[in-house]
Amino acid sequence: MPSDNIVLEVSGLRKEFGSLVAVDDVTFAIPSGGSLAIVGESGSGKTTIARMIVGLERATRGTITACGRDRSRPARSARDRRHRGREVQIVFQDPYTSLDPRQTAERAIDEILRLHHGFDADRRQARIEQLTDLVGLDSRQARALPRALSGGQRQRVAIARALAAEPQILILDESVAALDVSIQAQVLNLLADIRDETSVSYILISHDLAVVRQLTDEAIVMYRGQLVEQGPTAQVLDDPQHPYTQRLRASVPRPGWKPTRRPQESPRAEQKGGPHG
Amino acid sequence: MSTAIGMASRRVQARTRGGSLGLLRSTGIAGLVSAAVIAVATVLAVFGPLVAPYNPDLPSLGQAFIGPTGAHILGFDFEGRDVLSRLLAGAQSSMIGPLAVVAGAMALGTLIAVVTAWRQGPVDTVVSSGLDILFAFPGILLAVLAAAIFGAGLTAASVALAIAYMPYVARVLRGAALRERGQPYVAALEVQGASGTSICLRHIIPNMLPLIVAQATIMFGWAMVDLAAISFLGLGVQPPTPNWGVMISENEPGILQGYPLPALAAGLCIVGVVIAFNVLGERLFEQAQAASR
Amino acid sequence: MSGGSRLNSLPDRGAPSEGQAVTVPAGGEPLLSVKNLTVLLPVETRERAVLRDVCLDISAGEAVGLVGESGSGKSMTARAIDRLLPKGAQVQGQIRFAGSDVTGLAGSQLRAYRNRVAMIFQDPRAHVNPVRRIGDFMTEALRTNLGVSGTDASRQAADMLSQVGIEDAQRRLHQYPHELSGGMLQRVMIAAALLTEPALLLADEPTTALDVTTQAEVMAILDELRGRYGLAMLFITHDLELAAAICDRTIVMYAGQVVEVRRSELLHSDPLHPYTAALAAARPDIGQKAARLRAIPGRPLSAFEAPATECAFAPRCRFAEDACHEAVPPLTELDGGLSRCVRVTELRGQLEAAHA
Repeated sequence: MPSDNIVLEVSGLRKEFGSLVAVDDVTFAIPSGGSLAIVGESGSGKTTIARMIVGLERATRGTITACGRDRSRPARSARDRRHRGREVQIVFQDPYTSLDPRQTAERAIDEILRLHHGFDADRRQARIEQLTDLVGLDSRQARALPRALSGGQRQRVAIARALAAEPQILILDESVAALDVSIQAQVLNLLADIRDETSVSYILISHDLAVVRQLTDEAIVMYRGQLVEQGPTAQVLDDPQHPYTQRLRASVPRPGWKPTRRPQESPRAEQKGGPHG
Repeated sequence: MSTAIGMASRRVQARTRGGSLGLLRSTGIAGLVSAAVIAVATVLAVFGPLVAPYNPDLPSLGQAFIGPTGAHILGFDFEGRDVLSRLLAGAQSSMIGPLAVVAGAMALGTLIAVVTAWRQGPVDTVVSSGLDILFAFPGILLAVLAAAIFGAGLTAASVALAIAYMPYVARVLRGAALRERGQPYVAALEVQGASGTSICLRHIIPNMLPLIVAQATIMFGWAMVDLAAISFLGLGVQPPTPNWGVMISENEPGILQGYPLPALAAGLCIVGVVIAFNVLGERLFEQAQAASR
Repeated sequence: MSGGSRLNSLPDRGAPSEGQAVTVPAGGEPLLSVKNLTVLLPVETRERAVLRDVCLDISAGEAVGLVGESGSGKSMTARAIDRLLPKGAQVQGQIRFAGSDVTGLAGSQLRAYRNRVAMIFQDPRAHVNPVRRIGDFMTEALRTNLGVSGTDASRQAADMLSQVGIEDAQRRLHQYPHELSGGMLQRVMIAAALLTEPALLLADEPTTALDVTTQAEVMAILDELRGRYGLAMLFITHDLELAAAICDRTIVMYAGQVVEVRRSELLHSDPLHPYTAALAAARPDIGQKAARLRAIPGRPLSAFEAPATECAFAPRCRFAEDACHEAVPPLTELDGGLSRCVRVTELRGQLEAAHA
């Protein structure tokens, strides 16, 4: 259950790429054990926020505090980088490029364990088995190379690898978007199980509102770099206040849905987003 | 993309199944023949002097330029030595030089490619400009310069060629390194806190290996031609050391006198081995391209 | 070709009117009729079936959805219809368009066929030449196949661009693909596909890569244009809700076979195959959070992994019995739809509730 302990806090976060403002003045907080969805479409800035939190991108302005430690500026030492890796981890969208094609699942997890913990070989092997078990991979799959695994299985490996660092916060950047519906359901259930067992906090980046509903307690809605709506997920989806959220909600196909064209917008409205979503 | 269409490529299938043997098989007949030629040349490079039927170094001027006989199938060279024995013994110096050039150019080139791809930014720009400058010097010119400064010999020539080839390697590999650098799995490792060095050594370079091997193979052929030319000019391997390039130059008078065989035989050895490296290298290159898609 | 083909006359292409509706083949036969389509591809040196016994009909002006997961054969079906199969593919069965068989067409006849059956793809950028301008690309078919003059073709292209909601069409014609966003480029593809006034549009996951709001926009455009031109459409997607919402009928495929054909409004409330029901139930509900989703155990089977001796879905089906493992179930008619489940009559009515 989410506690009152704040595990991640983002304040006044801003990112500029030259003259393009990808993220503008975003503020939110996540309690320990909580789960937050960052909802938006391409160009909304949602992926940029995630990249700033994990340190792949440097914020132009604003602060990011995770597990009580500030990480607004890039890590200065290798030790610092590793320490941050034990706080926040990330699972990417594309199962086909998020694993080193030359590493088996076991070796990938082993590498992370060696990086973060001083375990001996036996203890590492036990932990590998624990993790692959947790994500539902059998021993044959754990010893297989990524090319012998399906998309869903690869995502499981990616999740196990992220959890090997024992992070407090796990960012799921559209991590189920590329999966078949039946596999997506399995992985969503898995993520719910993991959250129950390990009390990790989730940040789910997604454009899929049904997945957001299933996995998260709180949600923020991003549109062109601005945070336009925020609140409990159920409330944001059932009773959206901002026109963009309303439009987003209305765009979801359902029985009896009749898509309508909007009045002609200027070409600027359909510009490509920033380097990241 | 439809699942089935993606699986229907036979060549890629063979590659993914068999490891190194599969890799060879997937290069086709031409690749296999080339690999065999290279294997023979390599064996000769090691054991050549031992299997030569006659002493390759002992001159016997009375027998100069005598044509093929029963006991000497390729006849005698300009100093009366058995041509076949000279060729077999000459494999060693003819192969070692290119090996050194390739080893040097690939090691340096890979290092530069990976470092600039990892750091990007100003480091990348400065180094790329430096490489562009080096590009302006053809290998042979640098080798001649090296011979003038350090004296003729295989070492100076090989080092000069390695330096001349290195920018090309760096260019080709930089693209591949940049591609790997941009992959999500590298980002995942960065987020884990792994150092740039360990990511480059343990992940980026291993994933570039197919391309590195292909490049090295093709480059061996070029180095062989360049070194043979340098030796032909008298700036590389010095006689009386047996060497195919030297053999062409020292037996050149024979061509005009109606005894072309010694020079021709040496030339054919070079051509044959170079073609083998080119063909195999290009097939491996194809495989590397297919695999990276 | 059936009577009234517009290809024989140089068309005077003013604004299309209701009267220029699609030519319907005589005898009430459907516009597109696929019967017992089986496609074999060489996979790993063996011949494998990637489509098995696929049957589907599309009437003039009808929108039919084709839903499936990876390996179901949905893309392959569209490619078979548009004659875009890879080399070495063996096609068995019938594909009839406007009354004539199209499996043997070649050369100019094939080009003429492709003017009447247009296809749009998931990733427009992969199907357009990046070094040619939009205008060139759009007018190519008109100019080369139909002999329309350059200026006329450009005029029609600009007109079609504004119909798909792209402003400033004349300027757009001179732009290159990279200057347009994904959503705009997809609209351009739709416009280009409609320029030859096809009777049937094959849409292979055209909105999967788009934002959901852009998707809604593109679906609205497709809907409007379909109505205006009397266009039939085969809409391929992995999204069951999307297909059911916008198509009159929905076909569900699994492991290279058609397992259900159903009127869309009945697809969720009264499905005719356990797979359809399971697929619908596996999806999270935007209105409500479930403790856990009803996931289907195992993973979707690819067509070439499907056994020839039992129901392909049986290993993952909670209703499977001995009869299901004895033979491949035939496609049977039921209540105006089709079902490939031997137990459908007894299970009907339970399927939706069991997965709720």
